Amino acid sequence: MAAKTIISRPVYGTLSPQPGKHHLFVADAEGALAIIDMAGKAPDGFFDGAEIVFIAGPEGKHIAALEALKPAQLHLPPSFASLLPRLKQTLTNAHMGLRLYLCGTEGLIGQAMQVALEAGIDHTSIETEHRGSLARRMQCVHCKGITENVTTQPALCSHCGLLLLVRDHYSRRLAAFQGVCINAEDRSEIPPMEEIFR
Amino acid sequence: MSTGTTKLDVVVSDVVPVNELVTRFHFRRRDGELLPTFSGGAHVVVEMRDGNRTRLNPYSLMGSPLDTREYTISVRRDDIGRGGSLFMHRSVHAGLEMVISYPVNLFSLDLRAKKHLMLAGGIGITPFMAQTAQLAGSGGNFELHYTCRTASLGTYADLLQQRYGRRVRLYHDDRNERVDLDRLLSSQPLGTHLYVCGPAGMINWVRDRAAVLGWPSETVHFEHFAAPQPGAPFDVTLAVSGKTIRVGEQQSLLEAIEAAGVDPPYLCRGGVCGQCETNVISYDGKFIHNDHWLSEEDHRSGCKIMPCVSRFEGKSLVLER
Repeated sequence: MAAKTIISRPVYGTLSPQPGKHHLFVADAEGALAIIDMAGKAPDGFFDGAEIVFIAGPEGKHIAALEALKPAQLHLPPSFASLLPRLKQTLTNAHMGLRLYLCGTEGLIGQAMQVALEAGIDHTSIETEHRGSLARRMQCVHCKGITENVTTQPALCSHCGLLLLVRDHYSRRLAAFQGVCINAEDRSEIPPMEEIFR
Repeated sequence: MSTGTTKLDVVVSDVVPVNELVTRFHFRRRDGELLPTFSGGAHVVVEMRDGNRTRLNPYSLMGSPLDTREYTISVRRDDIGRGGSLFMHRSVHAGLEMVISYPVNLFSLDLRAKKHLMLAGGIGITPFMAQTAQLAGSGGNFELHYTCRTASLGTYADLLQQRYGRRVRLYHDDRNERVDLDRLLSSQPLGTHLYVCGPAGMINWVRDRAAVLGWPSETVHFEHFAAPQPGAPFDVTLAVSGKTIRVGEQQSLLEAIEAAGVDPPYLCRGGVCGQCETNVISYDGKFIHNDHWLSEEDHRSGCKIMPCVSRFEGKSLVLER
């Protein structure tokens, strides 16, 4: 789990079943395990009003375990981009009483939260649990390009090619960490690149 | 000077009877200047010089925040209360010079909301008068459900319906009209915030149902000014100021501390804001906690008290004041 360093750095919790009529889970990768662990604490009939959206990845792991929870709906989109229109549609038509649970990688939690914030859900009322990779979604503060799945420090901006220091400074609006040029004074200075956000 | 309670010198510019229980008071600044800006839901603490006794009661500002030439409050007469509302009804007349606090808002709108759902009971309508005016001025989306005992006690109901039409829904107890609360709460679009002001029973009912139906607590706002409850007199030692005082039957602990010349901070005087929170140094007896501020754990610990509404029964109490 990520440690809190500066105030904007998101800190995640452990999913717990909330009161309410409708429960929407958005998960990827090992996030499925967070749902399965939570199911043990959920009251009877909890999943009768639940929809699970799960990006399983190429290996298709954990799908059978999620099916076994017998949610009202189980949707398996291939990528976040492909689930986005449906997620927006669901939230637009939803009523108060819908509870949102986001679990899995930081990139997924952040981007799904971004959509939820636009729909009027306060970030403090969203249940989150981080599982799996610590890879970051990073914005280059110079060219504003977003680079997904950053695991190194420093990291290369995939748009403008600058070498960036990946900061803990996080933008909830962009769902991205900020990357700042690490050798702006002297471009010939190339610090060693280490893999640290595994 | 108490925190947040900077004073305003005002003159009562008008006193208007509204119905058999409610009277409206208008205040203007004595120097003729505009009053400070406020936002819907704000209250002021009105100082009442009642003989040798000073009463301090909080009242919601009910005028439009877009017009600060005057402040208006509406006071419901409470014949069996501690006397503040009776003083307002009997002794306050146009032309009287009074002192009120700067506005404080403990019941503000969350302007990130997509929609504002308001539930008022009785005199609990007053903060919504200002909030609806504020939202109407900025094109905000709101809906007001207002419960009153009878049509004649539906304070400002006519005015609200005239201003906002179908956005206002009335329920009269004497006609057995009830809010279908579960249905109302379950049919609100995502991003709605809920505001409730009225009797404690109504607030508890609405908060409970909202929680059960899955409304996050961040989206549920409520305001309830608990008047200090009377009780048996008790003695208190104030350790910092080295005074021992007696709290009278009809007096709150906060009022007794003030009467002894100590000036503790306060904002709401109703057990909700937390400003007057005081550490307990030692005690032998039992606390009667009436506040909504401290946690249950704080209440059990015996380490803290909210002197604006809470009391004590027992042999000795020493406070850090």
